[in-house]
Amino acid sequence: MSILSPGNVAPDFNLPTRIGASVKLSDLRGKPVVLIFYPADWSPVCGDQLALYNEIHSEFEKYGAKLVGISVDGIFCHQAYSKSRKLEFELAADFEPKGKVARQYGAYRDGDGYCERALFVIDPAGVISWSHLSPIDQNPGADGILSALEELTQTASQKSSR
Amino acid sequence: MLSTLKPPVSERDHIQGPSSALIELVEYGDFECPHCGRAAISVAQLQAELGDQMRFIFRHFPLAKMHPHARKAAQAAEAAGAQGQFWEMHDLLFKNARALAIPDLLSYANELRLDIARFESELTGDVYSARVQEDVASGVRSGVNGTPTFFINGVRHNGGYSLEDLKEGLGVAGL
Repeated sequence: MSILSPGNVAPDFNLPTRIGASVKLSDLRGKPVVLIFYPADWSPVCGDQLALYNEIHSEFEKYGAKLVGISVDGIFCHQAYSKSRKLEFELAADFEPKGKVARQYGAYRDGDGYCERALFVIDPAGVISWSHLSPIDQNPGADGILSALEELTQTASQKSSR
Repeated sequence: MLSTLKPPVSERDHIQGPSSALIELVEYGDFECPHCGRAAISVAQLQAELGDQMRFIFRHFPLAKMHPHARKAAQAAEAAGAQGQFWEMHDLLFKNARALAIPDLLSYANELRLDIARFESELTGDVYSARVQEDVASGVRSGVNGTPTFFINGVRHNGGYSLEDLKEGLGVAGL
């Protein structure tokens, strides 16, 4: 299974983030969205992928982008993890039915039962403009996401100047 | 996706070793990060073994939300650098990674016999804050994915930071 490529409409989802709250992709139209599928909360290294994105959150905000992390962990796990790492963006729980959204994006690992390390940049109209699948043990960093967001901004300004 | 160093090493960087060196090792690091502290030992061993064949560059990447003292520690290295002792402070900070509060930083400056008044006013005045942020922004652009992140001749090293792993990286880079 390969991940969804640019040009595809991003499958909509509505996933819980914590008790009484959820994130619905189609509600985020109008600004770019960065979807971050990752294997699991509590990865044991300092400066892991989500911590890095949290640290440089302001770089994403320059593009008006909204970050959403997705894993198969449940909301209680997400809440504890989020609090511990002081995360400033939401984590969505693809928990029940397990991995349903990840499967739609081609980002579920069947044998392992968790998400791939996959990144999607979705344009303000809800279409995937960039995607990247990273080796599971390799933190992809943020340079690819930022280049994709930059490109989106440039395309938008070209259109509006026409 | 190959992550490459942007911008390349220039005169603004802190560099150990000759510009003629065939191997260029760049580290993005955080003085409060225990992994970086261990990596500093590997780098020192590598420098001892390779001598003038390698030059080493250190850029700041303080993970400030996780490490409350990291940003000031980075600035302290810059403030020492302004008095010609960047590397001496770099070594002291890694050696004392658990004591990086302002009074600690001042005591290290004292140990290095820096002009304390100047050091303190530059540190508390955040004089080098922008300089440190420039490094962070360049790291983000270059694909830094945590600390430490190394670049060997401009290409991100995806392996570990033990002496063996770094050596393997140097081999992979075709040297």
